[in-house]
Amino acid sequence: MVPLEEVKKMELPADVKKKLTLPFEEHFYAGHTACQGCGAALGLRYVLKAYGGKAIFTIPACCSTIIAGPWPYSALNAPLFHTAFETTGAVISGIEAALKAKGYKVKGEDGIMVVGWAGDGGTADIGLQALSGFLERGHDALYIMYDNEAYMNTGIQRSSSTPYGAWTTNTPGGKKHFLEQRPKKKVIDIVIAHKPAYAATASVAYPEDFMKKLKKAQTIKGPAFIQLFAPCPTGWRAPTDKTIELARLAVQTAYFPLFEYENGKYKINMPSPNKEPKPIEEFIKLQGRFKYMTKEDMEILQEWVLREWDELKKKAEIFG
Amino acid sequence: MPKKVVSGNYAAAYAAKHARVEVVAAYPITPQTSIIEKIAEFIANGEVENLQYVPVESEHSAMAACIGASATGARAFTATSAQGLALMHEMLHWAAGARLPVVMVDVNRAMAPPWSVWDDQTDSLAQRDTGWLQFYAENNQEVYDGVLMAFKIGEHEKVNLPVMVVESAFILSHTYDVVDMPEQEEIDEFLPPRKPLYTLTDFENPFSVGALGTPADYYEFRYKIAKAMEEAKKVIKEVGKEFGERFGRDYSQMIELYKTDDAEIVFMGMGSLMGTVKEAVDILRSEGYKVGAAKVRWFRPFPREELYELAKNVEGIAVLDRNFSFGQEGILFNEAKGVLYNTDAKPIMKNYIVGLGGRDITVNDVKAIAKNMKEIIQKGKLDREIEWYHLKR
Repeated sequence: MVPLEEVKKMELPADVKKKLTLPFEEHFYAGHTACQGCGAALGLRYVLKAYGGKAIFTIPACCSTIIAGPWPYSALNAPLFHTAFETTGAVISGIEAALKAKGYKVKGEDGIMVVGWAGDGGTADIGLQALSGFLERGHDALYIMYDNEAYMNTGIQRSSSTPYGAWTTNTPGGKKHFLEQRPKKKVIDIVIAHKPAYAATASVAYPEDFMKKLKKAQTIKGPAFIQLFAPCPTGWRAPTDKTIELARLAVQTAYFPLFEYENGKYKINMPSPNKEPKPIEEFIKLQGRFKYMTKEDMEILQEWVLREWDELKKKAEIFG
Repeated sequence: MPKKVVSGNYAAAYAAKHARVEVVAAYPITPQTSIIEKIAEFIANGEVENLQYVPVESEHSAMAACIGASATGARAFTATSAQGLALMHEMLHWAAGARLPVVMVDVNRAMAPPWSVWDDQTDSLAQRDTGWLQFYAENNQEVYDGVLMAFKIGEHEKVNLPVMVVESAFILSHTYDVVDMPEQEEIDEFLPPRKPLYTLTDFENPFSVGALGTPADYYEFRYKIAKAMEEAKKVIKEVGKEFGERFGRDYSQMIELYKTDDAEIVFMGMGSLMGTVKEAVDILRSEGYKVGAAKVRWFRPFPREELYELAKNVEGIAVLDRNFSFGQEGILFNEAKGVLYNTDAKPIMKNYIVGLGGRDITVNDVKAIAKNMKEIIQKGKLDREIEWYHLKR
């Protein structure tokens, strides 16, 4: 392995550097312990790139607790506070309050970013109350929910963000066809009900779009929330080289559309929002977690996707 | 020295203000509310600078926000009672584990059901093993002094642990009394700004706090807290002595002894009930009883050495517990008895369970207990080890 000091000294040729669409500097280091093909690790890397290490991270119980590395190591070139499962919203509120009390500049180009980085279980389920409190009180911080659609760190149990028809270890299929029976909880809608300064969905398959949203969250005053779609090959029973393809298909099928909510306005920022979505089957067929679905299950999921997509388009039309 | 007639809760709020707290995150619960109302009033009246008040959506979040603030270098304060404290439980461990000297006032209130808002120590004593220091106040003055000392002790470089200052529901929280409050400059000299062990604003040398500790390391993390608790005993005595020298009220003893020098029987307990006990001691002495009182100020760290010194010279100790551990006995009794087991001090000890859920403890009750203890000592044999003194029969 190349020593860190050497990596830091590496320079790209100027003409290559000019073509880069993401910051070259690396603040998420080798030695992290993510699984192969982990979408969350990729997402965390982009967040660190966006803020150049001048962010205070709060990570509750989730895969990233482990990914960041055990004591005394840390793969993040930024201060990181590990906290209890349900507390991300509250801890970032406390950090922001302390920074303000001590006279630090929070947010803005040269300010400190306060970032909560939590999984879907820690956000949609056990952390929902603290998230709501953070949004409602209007703290100047950013909450990122990286959504891999189940409790992956504990061994693939369903969360309220798990989609209809998915196999997990506590919705295991079997003779009784006991799969996830509820549709994916729309956390982003709950967030928007708080009328936050900024809310958006993003995907690890579209890093430039994600980066733009991270920058926006940095400049807009008030609470910001990003729901980042982060495939988990381990939990989705998918090949590890399909992470980006899966994330892209989730957008192209409108299963996980990309949009922003800012000053009461919705803006869809899909690569091509006017095109008909691809059939959900294309997203599903690459993943072992959906292999127990019947034809009827597939129809139910497809119908849900299109209904939600239609609703979002209407919102963008009315509140665009 | 300015004097104010204030409730126990206002005494706590003034102490937080005078300690120049930077972040207060709190959630309302009876009978704690007037602490946070008063702090909000300080802000509204422009009486405090640089104080961020976070009106969180639960006690769990109150402690979590205080933890975030404290990890960012701020002096953080909160207050709660009973159910709120129980809800915080997980984060109490977190504050101690992350070595953050958050200060909290717990207004002792009975746990439900049945619903009760009255005095009972089981809420705070149930947090015994969380790594928090615990100080029990007898009166409003001690609430005020306790909060000021709590910051200085908890933030001490050898301690770096959170501190709970405990006062009684209504008996102190809502009862007005004269409280001496030193001038702000004097307090600033006693309690300078916090020098944190670490802060999350260190971007030059970023690090993580609370990362996975494997079996190869976790054990030593715990030992360090155990050691800090032992060190805290010395720090408590030093700070208590300094407090006395500066402000005239000495807190160098973790157990306050009252007329115990020649006492045969000593009443031991914590909190506001010890005021009544001292009153009873005076009366009993005038009636010829050789009695004294031992007020345990600090329950954590537990004053083992001071207890031994006391116990080796008395014949009987009546432990008055306004709390109970189901399936065992009163919690202070349990602890005190355990400390003495491996020593040569073997007084007769009896546990009186008193005043649960705010039932009054009167001078007459203490007198009756003295009589019972005297009989036991004369016979040299316990009638029973645990007595539910107030039980309706």
